[in-house]
Amino acid sequence: MSSETQTSALREYWQRGRGQANLMIGLAVTLTLVAVALVSLVWTPYTVSAIDIPGKLQPPSADHWLGTDQFGRDVLSRIMAGAVNSIAVSLVAVGIGAGIGVPLGALAAARRGLVEEVVMRFNDFTFAFPALLSAVMITALFGPGAINAIIAIGIFNIPVFARLTRAAALSLWKRDFVLAARVAGRGRTRITIDHILPNIASLLIVQMTIQFALAILAEAGLSYLGLGTQPPNPSWGKMLNEAQTLMFIAPQLAVFPGLAIMVTVLGLNLLGDGLRDLLDPRLRRLR
Amino acid sequence: MTAGETGPMLLRVEGLTLDYPLPRERLLAPAPRFRALNAVNLHLAKGESLAVVGESGSGKSSLARTVLALERPTAGRVEMMGQDVFALPPAGLRALRRHAQMVFQDPYGSLDPRRKIGWTIAEPLDALESGVSAAERKARIAEVLDSVGLKPRDAERFPHEFSGGQRQRIAIARALITHPDLIVADEPVSALDVSVQAQVLNLFMDLRERLGLSYLFISHDLAVVRHVADRVAVMRHGEVVEEGGVESVFNAPRHPYTQALLAAVPRVGMPRRRNAGS
Repeated sequence: MSSETQTSALREYWQRGRGQANLMIGLAVTLTLVAVALVSLVWTPYTVSAIDIPGKLQPPSADHWLGTDQFGRDVLSRIMAGAVNSIAVSLVAVGIGAGIGVPLGALAAARRGLVEEVVMRFNDFTFAFPALLSAVMITALFGPGAINAIIAIGIFNIPVFARLTRAAALSLWKRDFVLAARVAGRGRTRITIDHILPNIASLLIVQMTIQFALAILAEAGLSYLGLGTQPPNPSWGKMLNEAQTLMFIAPQLAVFPGLAIMVTVLGLNLLGDGLRDLLDPRLRRLR
Repeated sequence: MTAGETGPMLLRVEGLTLDYPLPRERLLAPAPRFRALNAVNLHLAKGESLAVVGESGSGKSSLARTVLALERPTAGRVEMMGQDVFALPPAGLRALRRHAQMVFQDPYGSLDPRRKIGWTIAEPLDALESGVSAAERKARIAEVLDSVGLKPRDAERFPHEFSGGQRQRIAIARALITHPDLIVADEPVSALDVSVQAQVLNLFMDLRERLGLSYLFISHDLAVVRHVADRVAVMRHGEVVEEGGVESVFNAPRHPYTQALLAAVPRVGMPRRRNAGS
């Protein structure tokens, strides 16, 4: 691979992508989220878990832009630190899902027969469980905590990636360039690595963006139920949970983490849609 | 014309039968099967060119794929250079693959869109020959690109930068890189423009002369067959209904199906063929 063609391909994507509103907005929101998370690692307006009881439940002000919570902790600082938590949980959960699901799907498509049946029925089995309910079950079994929440969310990402990979790979296995590789004496594993995976990479990237948004929602949901991130670590879902009882005294406490979740999920979904439009081979052929 | 049946054969197909399972109609009944090939016998001597003709669904492509061990037959043998293809261990089959390569019908589907031409062409070389140095690999790629009328620097480009005819040349270059004896060509010109068809066919003829290749040439286009083949086998419903030298089959077809096939060809000139069908 010469880096020349690589950069020219990237430049071409940029040229086409710049005109897409959803891609650009999604990209901007996502990059802002990442930037906020990175900044919070070195600096937040106040110490994240510093309790200041006399200054509790303040409305937004010049000192505390988003106000303080029931323990007088700065809400802006906690939302910033919560972004790190959301990103970390989602990244690892989607990583587990794709890391196990993609090889399983590729294996099913390459082997067919009994292997495919076993793998896909296992996926159906996992898929048939309501995801959040099973996550509740897993955390109930192994105890609440961020790690168990990650594992629970990760497990439910496996069938999503396995099914997508299998379906896309199956249609590729019928293509002539794969037959040509077989005539050249290439084995199934090598064909999967050389031909199948590179050709479904864009599809998987789009799916990862969407699953990332769902994982953030799932983590918030589990933490809201008290099964995810544990206090005093900040989590958007946990903040919502704590704000619930104070709805009529300090409604802003529920609004800000709720907004953070909504904007993030919206941004990631827009990014996924935009990437799909950009990378879809059918649209590319129309050029 | 017809090579002797007893001589050393490059390819010998005996009683080849291939069934495809169809979807089950009822849960407990055995799945129905479709017979794509029914006891096909063929032989091909070194340097010879055999065309297989027939309408779509006659089993031509199934034959091509089974000969190259892409499908496992229900019954029968495929013998290549005296070795039974389906009795060989995997390593032996790989060793044999150097001698038999394939050119596909659709030049838009037979090249991986994500790989550069050089990578695609060298795939059989990388897979089937060990101990090829980087310099030799590069030289071999340049050599086959030159054989098909392309330039060595085309190796650095991607498939979408080429026309259909050029892509088919690239596919032929890939088939040539291991210096094979047999090339199985499955309708290699039917997806191309008529003007490009002639160029690619001439390339096939030219390569055969220069490299002493044998072709198993699958086609439904009788004009094409007449151009490239020494012998022709006519297939229908998975069976070979007639086989012989091109001239004898075209001038004096014996089987009614061959006669019908020939009568269906729109002719330009050559009135003497008209007598044959009646």
